[in-house]
Amino acid sequence: MDAAGTTAASETDGGTLRFPAGQGLRLDSGARLEALDVAYQTYGRLNATRTNAVLVCHALTMDQHAAGTNPTTGKPGWWSRVVGPGLPLDPERYFIVCANVVGGCMGSTGPASTNPATGAPYGLAFPVITIADMVRAQAMLIAALGIETLFAVVGGSMGGMQVLQWAADYPEKLFSAVCIGAAPRHSAQNIAFHEVGRQAIMADPDWRGGAYEVAGVRPEKGLAVARMAAHITYLSEAALQRKFGRELQRDGLSWGFDADFQVESYLRHQGASFVDRFDANSYLYITRALDYFDLAAQHEGVLAKAFARARGVRFCVLSFSSDWLYPTAESRDIVRALNAAGCRASFAEIETDKGHDAFFLDEPQLDATLRGFFASTAQARGLA
Amino acid sequence: MTVLREDFAEILRLVRPGARVLDVGCEDGELLELLSREKRVDGQGLEISPAGVSACLAKGLAVVQGDGDRDLDHFPTRAFDYAILSKTLQQMREPRHVLSELLRIADQAIVSVPNFGHWRMRLSLMSRGRMPETRALPDPWWSTPNIHLCTLRDFTDLCRELDLRVDACAALSGGKPARSIKPDGPLENWRSETALFLLSRRTEPRPQAMARDLLGEIDLPKPAALAPKSRRRRR
Repeated sequence: MDAAGTTAASETDGGTLRFPAGQGLRLDSGARLEALDVAYQTYGRLNATRTNAVLVCHALTMDQHAAGTNPTTGKPGWWSRVVGPGLPLDPERYFIVCANVVGGCMGSTGPASTNPATGAPYGLAFPVITIADMVRAQAMLIAALGIETLFAVVGGSMGGMQVLQWAADYPEKLFSAVCIGAAPRHSAQNIAFHEVGRQAIMADPDWRGGAYEVAGVRPEKGLAVARMAAHITYLSEAALQRKFGRELQRDGLSWGFDADFQVESYLRHQGASFVDRFDANSYLYITRALDYFDLAAQHEGVLAKAFARARGVRFCVLSFSSDWLYPTAESRDIVRALNAAGCRASFAEIETDKGHDAFFLDEPQLDATLRGFFASTAQARGLA
Repeated sequence: MTVLREDFAEILRLVRPGARVLDVGCEDGELLELLSREKRVDGQGLEISPAGVSACLAKGLAVVQGDGDRDLDHFPTRAFDYAILSKTLQQMREPRHVLSELLRIADQAIVSVPNFGHWRMRLSLMSRGRMPETRALPDPWWSTPNIHLCTLRDFTDLCRELDLRVDACAALSGGKPARSIKPDGPLENWRSETALFLLSRRTEPRPQAMARDLLGEIDLPKPAALAPKSRRRRR
């Protein structure tokens, strides 16, 4: 689908923007993606003054379907609690854009895409990408959609890191920025968990050095184990205990290695359903991008310098009290750096036992905070 | 129209238009909103309660959820023209540290404290022999958040010790308009129920290195308003 004319044609729209060879993406690694596809969805209409555009950045395993129905899973979009009529990001008011990240597997160029040099899927020939590369591709999309300034860039988890990268790289294109449950860099623990996931994938004999697609197989077991391990980090001890405790699947123990406990069965289900919708190589590449993320390191080791040009941006940083993947202390570091840079920043820690995943779960305090921030920021932008 | 709190009215009078203001313990942002509206200040709040933070965000105020006892250390030196601490110094774990921090991060601090030397306190303690419960400090001893109460004289002693200058001082008593006072005046420690101070440093603050290497210090552009100030004359 061609990008031209896709905006404002209907309330919900989207497609794949194809940047032709020669207009590809310059990557941090020094490599280039000659042809670039960016798959995206939009909700609402761009207003006449082009001031109501909101870019929603998705997390590691999510995609461009923030609202509506996800065609792959048949389930509601991942941020249906926030994006939709009457919700904090209301398509009646805003033109909401969400794009699949570069390296992803939902239509944007990634390791499963065809390598123009060989005519076969990239596999491990795909260059390593970074959060800044994802943001650069988003900036190309935004420009192609005719948007000069975003009313807001918003995201949770990896999406929050993209928000920070936007503020560092394109502050002049932002009116406000909302970073939820994220961190300014990946910690040793974050990298460690990702390494477990990657090793699980690469240990699967069906991974075939990344060339599984050509061989007609998929490293489903490895990817499922990676997902199971990661999923634990998205929850909290309290939430796991509340949901499952030591409850058994059926009466009595099996005295074997079946899923005796409900929590085992739950994790197996998480792993099994994940492989239906996600590509193993994409998982390798995107986790790598996260591990490489260190915003301060890009700015002489001083995080505040990353935001030196962002003094005109209104920031809102949110964390969750039970998030141990990207704990509140990391968000506070972001806020302190914003303060040190003289930026206008708000910060709230949302009290919840739901852990990292709270950013897209039923969390009324999050909804209320976002609603308040967007409403007042919209007023300041003249959108009220 | 609601009646303006007398301390708010006095703060509104003291603050220079367009100044950068940090309100420590800003609650629901009422004062910051007032200052933004009336004095076009560039305001920032620090508030510990989630409800207060939500209320501030809904008003479009910049607010950071945090604890005045712990989180002032992370603000850069001279980031604000004014740091405001209204009626909460006596609830801090370390009032002395908080006071010196306020005057590191801002050029002037506006601090109000209930005066335990007020005649009602003295009379109540003298006649009842129990911890005073007055209109300024109504809670019983076992539930009061006020853990570091002081008298007007104690407070001016601390200012002297920290090498702070009192640029202005006003006495506030329940509902009456603020009364400009000399805090060391003979009867003020008896008759001032609450005192509101405008303080500044006598010497330049020492920039405090950030606690974490991650953050570092960067040079903040200084607005013209911050050029060496001529001490303003008080009428």
